Amino acid sequence: MIKLKELQIKGISMRLFSNTVGRKNLMALSGQALIAFVIVHLLGNFTVYSGALNSYAERLHSLPLLVWSFRLIMLAVLTIHVLYGVLITLENRAAKPQAYAIIKSQKATFASKNMIWTGSVIAAFLLYHLIQFTFSGVPGRDLFSRPDVFGMVVQGFSSLPVVLVYVASITALFYHLSHGIQSSFQTLGMNSEAAMPFIMKSAVIISMVLFAGYSSIPLFILLGAVR
Amino acid sequence: MILDGKCPSGPLSLKWDKHRQDLKLVNPANKRKYKIIVVGTGLAGASAAATLGELGYNVEVFCYQDSGRRAHSIAAQGGINAAKNYPNDGDTVYRLFYDTVKGGDFRAREANVYRLAAISNQIIDQCVAQGVPFARDYAGYLENRSFGGAQVSRTFYARGQTGQQLLLGAYAALSRQIHAGSVKLYPRTEMLDLVIVNGEAKGITVRDLVSGQISSHAADAVCLCTGGYSNVFYLSTNAMGSNTTAIYRAYKKGAYFANPCFTQIHPTCIPVTGDHQSKLTLMSESLRNDGRVWAPKKQGDTRHPSEIPEDERDYYLERKYPSFGNLAPRDISSRAAKEVCDEGRGVGPGARGVYLDFGDAIKRFGKEKIQERYGNLFDMYKKITDEDAYAQPMRIYPAPHYTMGGLWVDYNLQSNIPGLFVLGEANFSDHGANRLGASALMQGLADGYFVIPYTIADYLARTSLGKITTDNAEFKKSKDETESFTRKLLSINGKKTVNEFHRELGRIMWEYAGMARNEEGLEKALRLIPQLKAEFWENVKVVGSGTELNQELEKAGRVADFLEFAELFVLDALQRKESCGGHFREEYQMPDGEAKRDDENFRYVAAWEFKGEGKEPDLHKEPLEFENVHLAVRSYK
Amino acid sequence: MNLTLFIWRQKSAGESGSMQQYEALDISPDMSFLEMLDVVNEGLIKKGMEPIAFDHDCREGICGTCSQVINGTAHGPQEKTTVCQLHMRNFKDGDSIYIEPWRAKAFPVIKDLVVDRSALDRLIQSGGYVSVSTGGVPDANAILIPKSELDRAMDAAECIGCGACVAACPNGSAMLFVSAKVAHLALLPQGRTEAARRVCAMTEEMMKQGFGNCSNHYECQAACPKGIKVSFIAKLNREFIKSLGKPSGSL
Ligand SMILES: Cc1cc2nc3c(=O)[nH]c(=O)nc-3n(C[C@H](O)[C@H](O)[C@H](O)COP(=O)(O)OP(=O)(O)OC[C@H]3O[C@@H](n4cnc5c(N)ncnc54)[C@H](O)[C@@H]3O)c2cc1C
Ligand code: HEM
Ligand code: HEM
Ligand code: SF4
Ligand code: F3S
Ligand code: FES
Repeated sequence: MIKLKELQIKGISMRLFSNTVGRKNLMALSGQALIAFVIVHLLGNFTVYSGALNSYAERLHSLPLLVWSFRLIMLAVLTIHVLYGVLITLENRAAKPQAYAIIKSQKATFASKNMIWTGSVIAAFLLYHLIQFTFSGVPGRDLFSRPDVFGMVVQGFSSLPVVLVYVASITALFYHLSHGIQSSFQTLGMNSEAAMPFIMKSAVIISMVLFAGYSSIPLFILLGAVR
Repeated sequence: MILDGKCPSGPLSLKWDKHRQDLKLVNPANKRKYKIIVVGTGLAGASAAATLGELGYNVEVFCYQDSGRRAHSIAAQGGINAAKNYPNDGDTVYRLFYDTVKGGDFRAREANVYRLAAISNQIIDQCVAQGVPFARDYAGYLENRSFGGAQVSRTFYARGQTGQQLLLGAYAALSRQIHAGSVKLYPRTEMLDLVIVNGEAKGITVRDLVSGQISSHAADAVCLCTGGYSNVFYLSTNAMGSNTTAIYRAYKKGAYFANPCFTQIHPTCIPVTGDHQSKLTLMSESLRNDGRVWAPKKQGDTRHPSEIPEDERDYYLERKYPSFGNLAPRDISSRAAKEVCDEGRGVGPGARGVYLDFGDAIKRFGKEKIQERYGNLFDMYKKITDEDAYAQPMRIYPAPHYTMGGLWVDYNLQSNIPGLFVLGEANFSDHGANRLGASALMQGLADGYFVIPYTIADYLARTSLGKITTDNAEFKKSKDETESFTRKLLSINGKKTVNEFHRELGRIMWEYAGMARNEEGLEKALRLIPQLKAEFWENVKVVGSGTELNQELEKAGRVADFLEFAELFVLDALQRKESCGGHFREEYQMPDGEAKRDDENFRYVAAWEFKGEGKEPDLHKEPLEFENVHLAVRSYK
Repeated sequence: MNLTLFIWRQKSAGESGSMQQYEALDISPDMSFLEMLDVVNEGLIKKGMEPIAFDHDCREGICGTCSQVINGTAHGPQEKTTVCQLHMRNFKDGDSIYIEPWRAKAFPVIKDLVVDRSALDRLIQSGGYVSVSTGGVPDANAILIPKSELDRAMDAAECIGCGACVAACPNGSAMLFVSAKVAHLALLPQGRTEAARRVCAMTEEMMKQGFGNCSNHYECQAACPKGIKVSFIAKLNREFIKSLGKPSGSL
């Protein structure tokens, strides 16, 4: 009995990691987890506007176990997403060795055809973002002697080039998600012919909201609306 | 010589059962040692190869397309008959048998047709088990519709794509055997010769259409399932590659060719629009369930159909055949359309066309219902003609469609050459002088799934297995001949293209041996064809080489065979001095223009034996005995 | 009308090819696209030049043999139409038309516009069937199938195996073709028993044959002459996920 079960479990993981659809499922699941993070992160960041960022950050940092397990999980998720993203893209290129003389898309979009590039921009951005805000540690303390995350952010976004980098990356994120969200529903089979137009529209709206939300922060700070 | 169809004795309904008990079996342990060649992957070939593979034989299967699924069976639209009597409208095996024999104008073997009718029900069960999505009603039961030549609803269908779904079922079964290793498939491979060793069929010679390589394959038995030869008319509803090459070359190796002049002209095809036309498209006969056929009463009436008032329309089928009306059998409807056009009442370009009108049906059932029933056919019609058949009547005209003639086979589907079996449209067996709608699919699958597995075993059990290999001198000879034939085609380097010859042959055949034939015309054709053939061998231009994919060379070989075969065809039409089914001799008709059969003198199968190049073939006759049906005048009035 | 054609010519699989220019003169709008090419070919033969090789057979849109990319679109500009059913009235006098073969690693070019699509057959061989042998099956009406299910199965079963989906997919993926077969059989009771094994086997084989992965570009549906929908790909994905709980059998 046990043996059979083991075999079965091995079968499942093998199929998830090696089968074309299995790997796509992993891409979609990890992508959806990343979307969840991006949404929660945005909500957290919005505390910039209410002035509650520092207390939010402090509360978070008072739970190191939670923070670290969360970080590890996200790291694993991101690794899977990136590794398979690259692998799948390479395979897809290999499967189409020669391009047509006339290339005409009827349904494929800029977003769908450039997932690897928008994804790479996001990856580069993440590295930069983490170096900027996470690895280098919070430089100062605020009036309540909490780590002054708010000050760090405001300080960071006072430079035009930095803000441009952010807006550009968030644009990449927008494109990535405008295809990625609806695509993940299709990949996981969580749709139907009737629901698909709705999912397509909602995906674009969510991506736009995320775009607006994320880019508002550096822009408002640069323009001096938040201080 | 009098031929024997080897029909078993005894009561009609028990013949097949009894016969099966008498057939020998092959020891299961030995089966895989027997190699069987199947040429063709249509309904007949795919079902035969799959079933023989399942039984454990070692099967090699060939087709000229790039995939087995593309055989022309895929194009059948209307449906497949079976005597299930699901609608409870009085159908029985006997009635299906009777309709089929009568439909064929009493020129088919009783025992064969009865077996076909009896097997029909098993076919439906088999196909459903494979996942063929036949139409069903809301409760989940199978639906039936009626078809030309029958007064009961016994036709099973899958939208307008019945042939496709049946073929995909057989192709799936075949694919399963390929996966299992019992069947090996050779796509893009054309059979160019049959190899006979000591009087028995022991292999074939083929050309790999990609590399051009000509090679031989040896086996213990050969099954030809290569379809019909309607393309002898150039324009037909058959696929561009449909040919007579496989069976014609078998004929030249000694297999008898039976009833070559029995061809079917289908009444509902899209009319020709111009010289550029490369093929004709069928509009399924099922359309006649709801469409009404008519032509203007006045000659040369060029008004738009909507402007022709009701009382100036001639619903000629309903007028002439009140009990069958628009569902009169094919040969009868076709000839009626020709008559109307000959009278100068045709419509459309060249005035070779009549209307098939859905106006009334749309009024009665609504456009939705008609769309659901025939949507894909209306779409196809629109694509080809740019006309909307929901808004105005379709234009239709008869076109060559099916060939009842083919290699002669006995009750076991074995030709006069031991070891050579012929299945599906390639044989002559079950449809007599005219085929009823929805019965070719039935025959192909009956032959492949349920007849050949038993009868081939009987032959194999009587032969000594596997002694012959391609090292045998006969194989070498066949390969050499085939190679030199190919070289010859390439070396002529004349001025006319293969298509030009084919088109010309088609014109001769359509004109003099088409829907209606007479002695004078046939004699004329008999003079014209050899001239054209001679010109072909002096003036044809085939570019490219033989060692690569060369589609012109493929075509040239097929047209070369059509040119010879056409002569045999005409000879047969000339010899049959009666009208029956699809063979209408103008000299032999009733006062009212109906076909006049001559049972006294022509109640036989005409089987031709090749006697050598330039020599008249020998005619052998197989008399047809009718013990169970009364030879009635075939009336659909 | 008169047209300028740019057509991919390639002598054989081993040799490299290029686009060549041809004139098609005096073309009638009632001709099909292939009849237009027939005219061009007749002209080439008369000049002693090799005609353009292209695949075709039924010329009525059902066998799935014809396969050309016309002006960047598989099967040309008309929706739900195979090349053989495309008529010249869809073009204008003076148009330039680019004609290329299906392109994908799994479909190597054999000559000119002819490609080798046998990989599709191997996909079916890997499991695109119900494992039933001839004989011993129940009466056809013993299996009840609701009309709605049946209609959906038939929608999927209409696939003609032309490979336009692969040709149109930027990834050279055969997902639409595979999904049509998986869905057709999974929607019917006859095919359910083997559904898990089938979806695994066919998708594995798809990778082995060198097809790409599906990233939901939806180009395939737009190119499909039979209107096979990408919702069948979602169905395949669901079937795959369902299969995860089950042993995959002969894999
Ligand atoms: C448009 C159309 C609609 C029809 N509709 C109906 C219908 O509704 N109902 C019905 O009952 N019948 C119908 N028929 C008739 C029926 O479809 C055919 O008679 C039947 O499918 C023939 O099947 P087959 O297996 O004998 O031959 P085919 O399906 O023609 O197969 C021939 C096979 O032989 C191979 N082949 C041929 N020559 C060679 C060669 N030289 N070397 C190697 N391989 C070769 C081909 O590659 C192919 O695989 C229709 C026919 C047509 C044309
Ligand atoms: C403009 C908007 C953004 C602001 C103001 C912002 C702010 C921050 C801050 C302040 C931190 C450090 C938190 C801490 O150490 O306590 C952080 C961490 C992080 N941010 Fe952002 N961020 C923004 C956009 C993004 C985007 C677009 C992404 C992803 C695509 C992202 C991904 C991350 C990640 C992965 C971390 C590390 C989380 C962790 O340490 O657990 N951020 N961000
Ligand atoms: C916050 C970060 C990210 C989010 C939210 C995200 C989200 C998604 C989602 C939802 C999908 C769709 C999956 C599917 O089709 O089933 C996807 C696909 C993809 N992602 Fe990301 N992603 C992120 C980061 C990245 C990164 C860093 C890379 C690569 C460097 C990347 C590369 C890709 C690629 C290539 C695909 C397409 C895969 C395919 O279907 O072919 N992504 N992503
Ligand atoms: S899914 Fe459509 S495009 Fe793909 S092979 Fe089938 S019919 Fe052709
Ligand atoms: S175009 Fe290709 S990526 Fe998927 S949705 Fe169609 S197979
Ligand atoms: S030639 Fe058959 S589909 Fe086009």
